[in-house]
Amino acid sequence: MNWEIVIGLEVHTQLKTATKIFSGSATAYGAEPNTQANSVDLAFPGVLPVLNQTAVEMALKFGLAANANINHLSAFDRKLYFYPDLPKGYQISQFHIPIVGAGFLDIELDDGQHKRIGITRAHLEEDAGKSLHDVYDGMSGIDLNRAGTPLLEIVSEPDMRSAAEAVAYLKTLHSLVTYLDICDGNMQEGSFRCDANVSVRPMGSSTLGTRAEIKNVNSFRYVEKAIHYEVERQIDLLESGGIVKQETRLYDSVTNTTRSMRSKEEANDYRYFPDPDLLMVHVTDAMLKEAIASMPELPNAKQQRFQSQYGLSAYDAKVMSASRALGDYFEQVVAMGVNAKLAANWVMGDLAANLNKHLLAIGESIIDAAALAALLTRIEDNTISGKTAKIVFEAMWAGEGSADQIIETRGFKQVSDTGALEKIIDDIIAANPGQLAEYRGGKDKLFGFFIGLAMKASKGQANPQQLNDLLKQKLAG
Amino acid sequence: MHTKTLRELSHALHHKHISSVELTSHYLQRIARFEPELNSFITLNPDAALLAAKAADQAIHAQTHGPLTGIPIVQKDIFCTDGIKTTCGSKMLANFIAPYDATVVEKCHQAGLVMLGKSNMDEFAMGSSNETSFYGSVKNPWDLSRVPGGSSGGSAAIIAARLSPLATATDTGGSIRQPAAFCGISGLKPSYGRVSRFGMIAFASSMDQAGLMANSAEDIALTLQAIAGFDPRDSTSVNQPVPDYLATLNQDLTGKTIGLPKEFFAGLDSDIATLIMDGAKELEKLGARLIEVSLPHVHLSVPVYYVIAPAECSANLARYDGVRFGHRCSDPKDLLDLYQRSRAEGFGAEVKRRIMVGTHVLSAGCYEDYFVKAQRVRRLIANDFHSAFQSVDALLGPTAPGTAFKLGEKAFDPVSMYLSDIYTIATNLAGLPGISIPAGFHKGLPVGLQLTTRNFDEATLLNIAHRYQHVTAWHKAMPEYVA
Repeated sequence: MNWEIVIGLEVHTQLKTATKIFSGSATAYGAEPNTQANSVDLAFPGVLPVLNQTAVEMALKFGLAANANINHLSAFDRKLYFYPDLPKGYQISQFHIPIVGAGFLDIELDDGQHKRIGITRAHLEEDAGKSLHDVYDGMSGIDLNRAGTPLLEIVSEPDMRSAAEAVAYLKTLHSLVTYLDICDGNMQEGSFRCDANVSVRPMGSSTLGTRAEIKNVNSFRYVEKAIHYEVERQIDLLESGGIVKQETRLYDSVTNTTRSMRSKEEANDYRYFPDPDLLMVHVTDAMLKEAIASMPELPNAKQQRFQSQYGLSAYDAKVMSASRALGDYFEQVVAMGVNAKLAANWVMGDLAANLNKHLLAIGESIIDAAALAALLTRIEDNTISGKTAKIVFEAMWAGEGSADQIIETRGFKQVSDTGALEKIIDDIIAANPGQLAEYRGGKDKLFGFFIGLAMKASKGQANPQQLNDLLKQKLAG
Repeated sequence: MHTKTLRELSHALHHKHISSVELTSHYLQRIARFEPELNSFITLNPDAALLAAKAADQAIHAQTHGPLTGIPIVQKDIFCTDGIKTTCGSKMLANFIAPYDATVVEKCHQAGLVMLGKSNMDEFAMGSSNETSFYGSVKNPWDLSRVPGGSSGGSAAIIAARLSPLATATDTGGSIRQPAAFCGISGLKPSYGRVSRFGMIAFASSMDQAGLMANSAEDIALTLQAIAGFDPRDSTSVNQPVPDYLATLNQDLTGKTIGLPKEFFAGLDSDIATLIMDGAKELEKLGARLIEVSLPHVHLSVPVYYVIAPAECSANLARYDGVRFGHRCSDPKDLLDLYQRSRAEGFGAEVKRRIMVGTHVLSAGCYEDYFVKAQRVRRLIANDFHSAFQSVDALLGPTAPGTAFKLGEKAFDPVSMYLSDIYTIATNLAGLPGISIPAGFHKGLPVGLQLTTRNFDEATLLNIAHRYQHVTAWHKAMPEYVA
């Protein structure tokens, strides 16, 4: 039987606020345990939550970017369950009325096709703390630094039909939230976390199969692998006459399998009810206006602009607009007078390769946009060849100085002096009369032979274009 | 000294006829004398009180004092006090010391009030007799075999016995007004949002409200001025200016219309009804017009309240898990054991009953039938009040259906206990301000008259109560035992 795969994703994005969603504690990652938890985060008796307005503004930005309905009145609910890293014994979340209602995102698949993925809702909530089970022998530790960090949980419709589509959606979403500057997108640190709802059904069927929710898939690669594994598992089950149970499963990246965490029957009754400590969130027209005014250029718009404004190909424009920081870098290079195509090639080429090698983000690049522009300018004014520029680039990366300093100290300046080049060519022609005769007799291939000799004689510093032109002239006699 | 009004005490202090240290010592001596029988305090703080009194005297000497500087006050043990134990009447918090002051406590400090100690109360403010306190029952100073009411029974007994001129209290379903009535004192529950809830340990957050107990409406007006107002740490506190309550305290009542809800008199004990009607007639003599009004849904208050309040408390009390503070069972064998035994040992029976009821009404399948329905009826009850206030300035009725009952009389009959708040609960459901003032005696026990006004109209409430107390003397009566 042919099976159709149905996937919906729930993504928890940590919002980039300086302080927590309901308290004044800092949200920075990696601090000493429990140094960023105050009496509100610890749920001491009598303390009260106060909503962080910035978190609301960030949720609004997402809603606008996701073409979504914004609920002018939304509310916080209490989600009740006991766990040591949940200090109040409930999580404050938006269950009944989320701030962001239905919307959609358009994703681009590998074959260039576009697909629209529905967004069911996005709601604000607080993160829990962390339980540390392997730090103390025979005891568990609790770190409440993360407790109360603002999250925007973005729930998609079950619109994806393959792991590849799920990954494309996730990447689009990741790019969007980082573009909006509402999430740092750091998946290792858990700033962008994904749960996948996966089911299969006979091709052509219109009813949904029973789904399993896969937790803990925190990289694009794991999402793909986890879905592949889960789909296989479900199909095997169904084809061998079994049934899929509705349950929560945990992905194990080491064994690349999913295993059951809890079944539907074991699921908590969270007893959601409106939190009486918080007023309804009222999104005023003024707030919406402000959010609209603060919206950055979004990825699709930027890609189109790069094509029309800089004449980039669709592919180059897409790569250059993959993140806001990358686009900014590219535009800074171009703003310094560098040809856009040249700039794009270098950003995608040597720069990207070095960043990847050193696991750096574009914002952390050792060579900033101005330095790269200075290097590329030297290619454009024929001071050095593209090939030499690569060596200069490496030297710049190694901290040897600016492009000009390196060109100077290493003596990379191209020989563009016509007189010097002419002398080199004349000498070569004089030294190789046989080859000259053959060339003139129609053996065009020998042109490369003369170029090679001339380059060697100039120690590689001849301006290739100039050398080419002069040599052609001289050989023709 | 302990028979003086707050205004008189303030005058005496600020004209140096008496020092705050002397006044504080006087009350500490009375406490030493009567407290062993009354059990109205959980924590006494004589050394800190005398230090604060000394500081108050210095402020008075330096002319940097306010109207309340140097006057003693007792905090209900539901308000967190920085560095001083806050138990909320529970074993669960027997060892809990908050690293912060509740906003109410902070404002009292800022006003120069001298904290004598922290008053006894029903556990987590759940109770109407003060019998659910882990720290033992409080006795009613009018009759030591009777309850003082609850949950602010300690504060009420303290005011009645003149162990302090002022006490804070809280009211979720009548916990200020009912004990005020039982103890023959004045007790104000302000509008929901008028006084900050920050640092006040939560029972049912949508109804909990901090208020005051004293011997007169005037004393309360003076003190409310100091503790009312918006607090950025409490999102439900309301950002509305606090009016000058003293400025309107003496206003003539001519032209005021007072409504008598017929539902509050139907079935009421006839002797109590007579006393309440006598009170109403006093106001009529003062120029107010009396009319009968109806609150058609008010009879649903108790069932609605006993769905919503337990629901909220079941969540509010989830934080007492033995993990970070409060009672923890010894040698837990695993996480579940830690939770179960810590909570089983730390909470008393009434608290457990309400957590169970609350958990039930919020559970899947019950939520719509109980919680959502109760919220709908709550709106109907609030609408009844709003309609009534279209034609009246205040509502008047009894505070409680009876007088103080015997210790143990209702302890094992929760429903009968719950019904003792039948007249006060509706006000909390609607978020309105209410006051109970003494209106006479029935068989030697005080009877309270309750007034309710529009939201945030404490000024009218205090005005009517004060005018009434101007022409009556019930509020000056003192139990013989403590005179």
